[in-house]
Amino acid sequence: MKAFSKARLTKTEVRTWNASANADSLMKVLVAVAAFTVIAILTAIAFELYLNSLPSISKFGISFIWGTTWDVSTEMFGALPFIFGTFVTSLLALLIGLPISLGVAIFLSEKVKSRRMVTRSIGTLVELLAAVPSVIYGLWGLFFLSPLLRRYVETPLHDYLGFVPLFAGTPFGLDFFTAGVLLAIMIIPTVSAISRDVLNAVPNSQREAMYSLGATHWEVIWKAVLPYARSGIFGATILGLARAVGETMAVTMVIGNEPKITASLFSGGYTLAAVIANQFTEATGQLYISSLIEIGLVLFFMALAINTFARLLIWKMKRGMNIRV
Amino acid sequence: MVRRTNDSISVSTSRILMDKLMSILVYAAVGLASAALILILAETLIQGLPILKLSFLLDAPVPVGFSGGGIGPDIEGTLIMVGIASLISVPIGVGAGIFFSEWPESKLSSLSSFSNDVLAEFPSMVIGIFVYTIIVLTTGRFSAFAGSVALSIIMIPVVARTTEESLKIVPKTLREASMALGVSRWKTVVRVVMSTGKRGLITGILLALARAAGETAPLILTAGYSTAFLNGLFNQTGSLPYLIYYYAISPYSSWHAIAWGAALILIAIMFVMNVSVKLAFASKFEETRAEI
Repeated sequence: MKAFSKARLTKTEVRTWNASANADSLMKVLVAVAAFTVIAILTAIAFELYLNSLPSISKFGISFIWGTTWDVSTEMFGALPFIFGTFVTSLLALLIGLPISLGVAIFLSEKVKSRRMVTRSIGTLVELLAAVPSVIYGLWGLFFLSPLLRRYVETPLHDYLGFVPLFAGTPFGLDFFTAGVLLAIMIIPTVSAISRDVLNAVPNSQREAMYSLGATHWEVIWKAVLPYARSGIFGATILGLARAVGETMAVTMVIGNEPKITASLFSGGYTLAAVIANQFTEATGQLYISSLIEIGLVLFFMALAINTFARLLIWKMKRGMNIRV
Repeated sequence: MVRRTNDSISVSTSRILMDKLMSILVYAAVGLASAALILILAETLIQGLPILKLSFLLDAPVPVGFSGGGIGPDIEGTLIMVGIASLISVPIGVGAGIFFSEWPESKLSSLSSFSNDVLAEFPSMVIGIFVYTIIVLTTGRFSAFAGSVALSIIMIPVVARTTEESLKIVPKTLREASMALGVSRWKTVVRVVMSTGKRGLITGILLALARAAGETAPLILTAGYSTAFLNGLFNQTGSLPYLIYYYAISPYSSWHAIAWGAALILIAIMFVMNVSVKLAFASKFEETRAEI
């Protein structure tokens, strides 16, 4: 085709043709380099983290993961208290945040879908929650949420249900519980936005069939809409989990920063990201610093695993339902 | 539109009660989510407004116990680092985005697109450690430059993803028309596709800027902190988010007040950017999509 057209062109035209063909391949190379840079950054992050945590890896080996001691003076470093704290706060965030996010998503897609003004303003409101910087969540959590929770939630729970190990200990406000509540608020925008898109993509025939059987509005949502959207909502939840696991500043400011493993939610704790933020700049000695970097490596693999899982779920969902997430 | 007709069918009371109860819970969820935002905004306004003065925005901080002082160096630090970060991240992000949308079938594209997704949701703390090991350890000090690089890594995936999406919604027919006229591929992409999708492109860059401006965690390990105005890119610098953190966890109540003032400034910047992007571009964006 190209040769055929070339034969009919004048010399200058051929020159322009060649020039633009060169420009074409140049552009392709340039943007391909940009795309490659993204992969390179991710690979370089993994490599650098591994390289710099080698002293700690060779000293503690795999037992770093389940070591429970974090003692700077004797240079004994184990990551379990931080993994535990990350796990507890993220789980708490999901327990509180998921029902609220689902409620918002159901409201937007099932209750007021046809009223554009309402969906738009509530949608914007929830999106603005995502625009609040994490450090401002921390500031607000430290001076507003933490005293509020201590006074009106933690103290009553402790007074009446103190015999349950979860609510034992002295409610101080800077603990797992406050961190979990704060994280719950922070994951609402992510989880509710994706869930709303997923619910919106559920075909109307699903709802109509259920209505025609005489179901109430709630029964339609519960039995026809939510089951259909199950895997997408699961993906949204996992993505919310990823956000909770990686969150640093807000948690650092309200969790109390004590490397403890305890059943009590009203005890100070620590998370993987928080210990890096809090101790890195003051860390001295190669082993101490490399242990902190290895904590970063643990966080890297957790985030990678969770994200991969969530993306797979959402990709699967997208292929099935043709939506944009 | 679906509509129920229950007139002839009797629905048991318990089912109706359940329906009502769940409706109330759904409304409660919306109430709680909105209340959280409103409480955060209200508290920031109440605590932050009293300290706001022009000198607060322009002056350097003073030691505890002295009156006056401001957050000038931190505003400067944030502006400079976000500026340099966009110089680095916009070309790479837009390039990658073009690649994702123009050559979606290639292996490189799907691998890079996946890495991009992972990077977008990545713990920013880890990015901080990365830049610490490659720049701070090499140059031997915290610096505004290291901070900019960290922020640019945070911006790249956001820019790339929004570029891809805004280019993908440009109708195929436009592209085909341009190619049919003998316009080369790169001219088609730059002059036709990108200029049609430019609203989305600008939205993406602005959102990435907003996100970078609010990041704290990576700056702790890269930019450090300084109470003086910037003295060269390879020196430590303050930034608004770090100042808020640093002052909030201090024991002095006068510093807490400064933290709230800075928080008000930061949140105002965020919201103005987010809302103006929405108002200016979102509606047009939807119109273009509707026309397709």
